[in-house]
Amino acid sequence: MRIATSSLDLRRPATLESALQALRDDARTPIAGATDLYVTLNFGTLEARRFLDLSRLAELRGITERGDTLVIGALASFTALQRSPLVVKRLPMLVEAARLVGGVQIQNRATLGGNIANASPAGDSLPVLAAVDAAIVLRSVDGERRVPMTEFYTGYRASVMRPDELITAVEVPRVEGHQWFRKVGTRAALAISKVVVAGVRDGPRAARFAIGSVAPTVVRARKAEGVLAKGGKIEEAVRALQAEITPIDDLRSTAEYRTAVAGNLLRRFWAETA
Amino acid sequence: MRFTLNGLPVETNAHPMARLLDVLREEQRLTGTKEGCGEGECGACTVLVDGQSVCSCLVPVAQVEGARVTTIEGLHGTHPLQKLFMDEVGAQCGICTPGMVLAALALEDNPVPTLDDVRTALAGNLCRCTGYSAIYRAVLKWRAEADSGPHAAPEQASARHK
Repeated sequence: MRIATSSLDLRRPATLESALQALRDDARTPIAGATDLYVTLNFGTLEARRFLDLSRLAELRGITERGDTLVIGALASFTALQRSPLVVKRLPMLVEAARLVGGVQIQNRATLGGNIANASPAGDSLPVLAAVDAAIVLRSVDGERRVPMTEFYTGYRASVMRPDELITAVEVPRVEGHQWFRKVGTRAALAISKVVVAGVRDGPRAARFAIGSVAPTVVRARKAEGVLAKGGKIEEAVRALQAEITPIDDLRSTAEYRTAVAGNLLRRFWAETA
Repeated sequence: MRFTLNGLPVETNAHPMARLLDVLREEQRLTGTKEGCGEGECGACTVLVDGQSVCSCLVPVAQVEGARVTTIEGLHGTHPLQKLFMDEVGAQCGICTPGMVLAALALEDNPVPTLDDVRTALAGNLCRCTGYSAIYRAVLKWRAEADSGPHAAPEQASARHK
């Protein structure tokens, strides 16, 4: 580890109320599974020095149904998502995404809330949540608010979340139709995505499609969806999709590759869910 | 702060944000747990926390308060899987081996794992020597023998919970 632990301060609240109060009192970086945060600590690139451990907040771990809504606690691990009969039944493409987040050791610790808060454009769960119109539940000492996943991010690693708020849960409305998830990486397991997509085929012309790793934030492909809803040809939808993403060249892939693969994935989604 | 290490209660005065890996190696002097990449890619630092495999380089020690931690030393060199790693030559330089063995223990609940199950269970563990085949062979043989051996089940259960 390249940062002296003596410079770090950790609080470990036992209740959500005391955690929220601690965040109101002074700025602290929340820690859950630490699978992203400790990488930056190990490499000495983490600037934060004050932290808030959420691991004792058992109330944020549950996965439940409330009426027609699937409620996933922010601290649900990717292993818990795979094992939850509710998630398996209602949102199988989140199970697929969870199986491809790192190795088992990472899945055992990493949380859904952490994947959202970390705000990487390559987060594997994010296209799933964007495609199904999930809502992010944010809490502060002042109360609770819900933000649609498609409005949560404002730019690269930036969101509408305030420093005194915690993600407590994700709410997923009932999903009808065929769910479809694909991750394209250097290899099936462990690799950070080059392109990651999730789609729902609601009907002959209706689709919801979201894509990650091709823009500063996850992209809900509204223009491509619009073309398909009007009965347009798939090639027209592919062009619309390729116009609404802004991929870059980086150490994992190139803009050209990502643009081509994004189009191929939309074609495949449309054909396989027909 | 207290936790259970290989079946014995231990107390640590380490900083709450110290890595579990460093507490194990430097304070507890259990150097079987290796540091590889420091980013959760290689699995060399794998230990079990309450029976679940984790990368100990990514765990603040505060988060194992009250938990059961199992390192490779907790298997005492007598676990059937350790012997099979030797018999099948599933180890060469040995850096990945403790993590491989501990990660493979997740298959204890799977009486007849397929090769694909083994690959998935060990996807978070990198080996740069063996090419993996000998490791997969050792793990598959362990499950096959455990399935038929009369004493296998209780031995494995005790190893896991130590």
